[in-house]
Amino acid sequence: MATQTQVNVAGLTRNDYKGSPSTLCQGCGHNSISSQIVAALYELNIVPENVVKFSGIGCSSKSPTYFLNRTFGFNGLHGRMSSLATGAMFGDVTLKAVGVSGDGDTASIGMGGFKHMVRRNVPIVYIVENNGVYGLTKGQFSATAEKGLELKHRGRNVFGPVDICMEALASNATFVARSFAGDPKQVKEIIKAAFSHNGIAVIDIISPCVTFHNKEDSFHSYTWGKANESPLHDISYVAPRDEIFIEDYEEGTTQEVTLHDGATVVLKKLEKSYDPCNIYEAYRAIEEAEQNHWLLTGIFYIEPGAPTLFDSYNLVEKPLNRLTPNELRPSKGSLEKLSAHFAL
Amino acid sequence: MSQAQPATKEIPPKAGKKIINDFCMTFSTINGSGSATANTILLRSLFRMGIPVNGKNIFPSNIQGLPTWYSIRLSKKGYLARVEKDDIVVAMNPATISTEIEFMVPGAVLFYADDIKITGVREDIITYPMPVRKLIKEADVQPNLRDYVANMVYVGIVAQMIGIDMDVIYKTLDYHFKGKKKAVDSNWMIIEAAAKWAQENLVKSDPYYVEKMPELKDYIMVDGNTAAALGAIYGGLQFVAWYPITPASSLAESAIEYLPQLRNDPETGKATYAVVQAEDELAAVGMAIGAGWAGLRSMTSTSGPGISLMGEYLGLAYYAEVPVVVWNVQRVGPSTGLPTRTAQGDLTQAAFLSHGDTQYVILLPGCASECFEFGWKAFDIAERLQTPVMILSDLDLGMNTHMVKTFKYPTKPMDRGKVLWEEDIQKLVDEGKPWGRYQDVDGDGIPYRTIPGNRNTHAPYFARGTGHDEMTRYSEDPSVWERGMERLKKKINSHKELYPRPEIQHMDGAKLGIIAYGSTGPAIDEARDLLAAQKIPTDYLRVRSIPFNDEVCDFLHAYDRTYVVEMNRDGQMRQLLAMDYSDCGSRLVSVAHTDGMPLSAEWIVNSILKLEEK
Repeated sequence: MATQTQVNVAGLTRNDYKGSPSTLCQGCGHNSISSQIVAALYELNIVPENVVKFSGIGCSSKSPTYFLNRTFGFNGLHGRMSSLATGAMFGDVTLKAVGVSGDGDTASIGMGGFKHMVRRNVPIVYIVENNGVYGLTKGQFSATAEKGLELKHRGRNVFGPVDICMEALASNATFVARSFAGDPKQVKEIIKAAFSHNGIAVIDIISPCVTFHNKEDSFHSYTWGKANESPLHDISYVAPRDEIFIEDYEEGTTQEVTLHDGATVVLKKLEKSYDPCNIYEAYRAIEEAEQNHWLLTGIFYIEPGAPTLFDSYNLVEKPLNRLTPNELRPSKGSLEKLSAHFAL
Repeated sequence: MSQAQPATKEIPPKAGKKIINDFCMTFSTINGSGSATANTILLRSLFRMGIPVNGKNIFPSNIQGLPTWYSIRLSKKGYLARVEKDDIVVAMNPATISTEIEFMVPGAVLFYADDIKITGVREDIITYPMPVRKLIKEADVQPNLRDYVANMVYVGIVAQMIGIDMDVIYKTLDYHFKGKKKAVDSNWMIIEAAAKWAQENLVKSDPYYVEKMPELKDYIMVDGNTAAALGAIYGGLQFVAWYPITPASSLAESAIEYLPQLRNDPETGKATYAVVQAEDELAAVGMAIGAGWAGLRSMTSTSGPGISLMGEYLGLAYYAEVPVVVWNVQRVGPSTGLPTRTAQGDLTQAAFLSHGDTQYVILLPGCASECFEFGWKAFDIAERLQTPVMILSDLDLGMNTHMVKTFKYPTKPMDRGKVLWEEDIQKLVDEGKPWGRYQDVDGDGIPYRTIPGNRNTHAPYFARGTGHDEMTRYSEDPSVWERGMERLKKKINSHKELYPRPEIQHMDGAKLGIIAYGSTGPAIDEARDLLAAQKIPTDYLRVRSIPFNDEVCDFLHAYDRTYVVEMNRDGQMRQLLAMDYSDCGSRLVSVAHTDGMPLSAEWIVNSILKLEEK
């Protein structure tokens, strides 16, 4: 009667990667991302105990409890995941880090810390669940909300949006990608690539908010996308409050997606021939997408082999947090020598 | 060097009028002119002669061109607090000379660069011109170094006139420049020429002399920030995140200086520590808390403005129970305030930092040796209690060079606290006792923690600043919240044996108490002797930690009046004491003052006398 449970090379089942049940709104794109983190790590055979997860504050930052119950995690302060993770990873640099932040957490309150973390090339998979709105405080504009967006009770957003990928590139990120929560296959593949990258991997995942960000004119529902031609597929009807999933589609093509509110988004994947190691191309592609109102997805830029934060420290082989008092307290003789020096 | 030193021509003072090893000299220069070297040479030379000495730098928030003063107090009796008047002034800055003259005692001595035009000099002071330009010109110094060595002129002249052994000056110079011959020689050339000029051209008509005293055995000269960094290093410091700020920068910079020589693996040369200069104090404390959570002996150092920014994160560290050590080298606030002046104005900030009910262990070192001692002790307390420990130093203590008892090697083995590694967790699992991060298993309020990198599948937990139960699950349950907060209170308040006890000194017949803390110690010691001389003996308690130990309570109850002396406007220590011991509130009298300058014994005595008269 016993059913054989499938295990990965690490000898673990998918269950070993699971988190607690989500308490986010039903249909929230963030849940799909959590699932893909689970899938990616399972497929990569990474043992959960070898990962540490971090987050800031907000809907997105609740996510780390919804995946990897068997890893250490720290849900820090709003906008301050960057520093928390930077310090924590010094404890044992053999661990892998994954952080989940949101657009408010990263692009508003945490912008400074985010850019400095990128600049230091801290090895971490840094996922931004980007929905252009503050969910947990009930629907205020975020810094990634596009100009002209109107939200219930909030009026019209008069400021241009922050492009997280552009900010990451400008801070010399060594891995920059964008995806869409409704494209689980791509999300997973990008997360897998990010975990394989030694350095910071910034993934901006557009993750529609089903509750507060469903106005027709909004960036994250992209009505202007309707004007764009040649969608590859017509998306079948999506029942309200179901997560949005799209079928896989070819590189270099576009795809129109209908969101919860009936609005559509035009997704475009980077061309097959796109060279992600060319930073000029990355800037060009992001800029072109903005001009064309595409939600361009894929890996924009990778700089493999760039020194990480830890490469600039000549640390002992043993994890710092395993060092014994003997290895940490200098000898009595050394203090006597120093004291003699100060006595002169 | 080392030929016999020619004596200064002098009109000898009347018998008994010589003032030996008991006066204050102030050097007035322009900042950025390299006067620090000249002043240090004099300070250390006096120390080498066995004379108790202290140097205080009064400097502007500026890099070059504004007035700077350096005061050296010599005291054969060992009184090392600031004094308010000068016996000797060395004036190199024309812009401030008239002010300096105002602050001289009758009979004082003024050395001045002879190109400064002085008008209306007081008749009760003695003046000696110094031909600074002439001596520099004759000395054949490279033009680009002229300004830099100009201050060596006063080293030579003052040394000659008050009688500092030139041999000692040379040795100190050699020590200062770490034996670099070129630097030693070019400075020595000026000092020697200046001393010779003074010997040949000045006639000493003042009473100030220095004389060798017995060697100051077991004493060192060091600043509090260096001492703090070294204390931390001997405490096993593994992680520092910091952001530059006066007057705290030199604490982290000292760690950066000394860590490589003390804490690199002798075989591989690899580091057992990491230092990160953060982008701001928000990040500095975030990194330090991250590292503390991940099992490192972690700290940050800053001043008041930085602490303001760290408030939110330290509240999280308190609630999520993360060990971290925070040094606050206090300066004058609020706002940017007087960033290069000293104060004790951040005490209530430390006590009440962050929102909600918080509490921190606060250590109050009173001298550089205690900066060293608390530097290592703070980690033991932080890790034992899994909580932030704040150490309050100040600019005077941190940045000035003090004569203090030599550093004592840590007397206790490191206490890493209740940490469970793989085998510990496994043992609990095997015994069927599930581990919960915030369970009070031992009944002492202190839970057991695990550390990222522990590969046992039962070890990981999810730390959070949000409400959580004993198993770290998110919880909004009222009883869970209250239970957790009560345990935290118990954790901090029921382990006072870990906190440095106060230092208490009695005098016969004392009916008054004095309470003070931190850098004001030397001024208090002197003030108590001065009061005793006026038949007002006092007992003295120096607070060294908060929460207050029982000895503080007993002391408060023992006197009708206890003066709480401190360097802030509002009497912050008095406020904290009155809160904890409200029944003593009316007996606690605030003697508080802040103008950016270290307290003087004179001010303390006058303040207490005035209050006693009432």
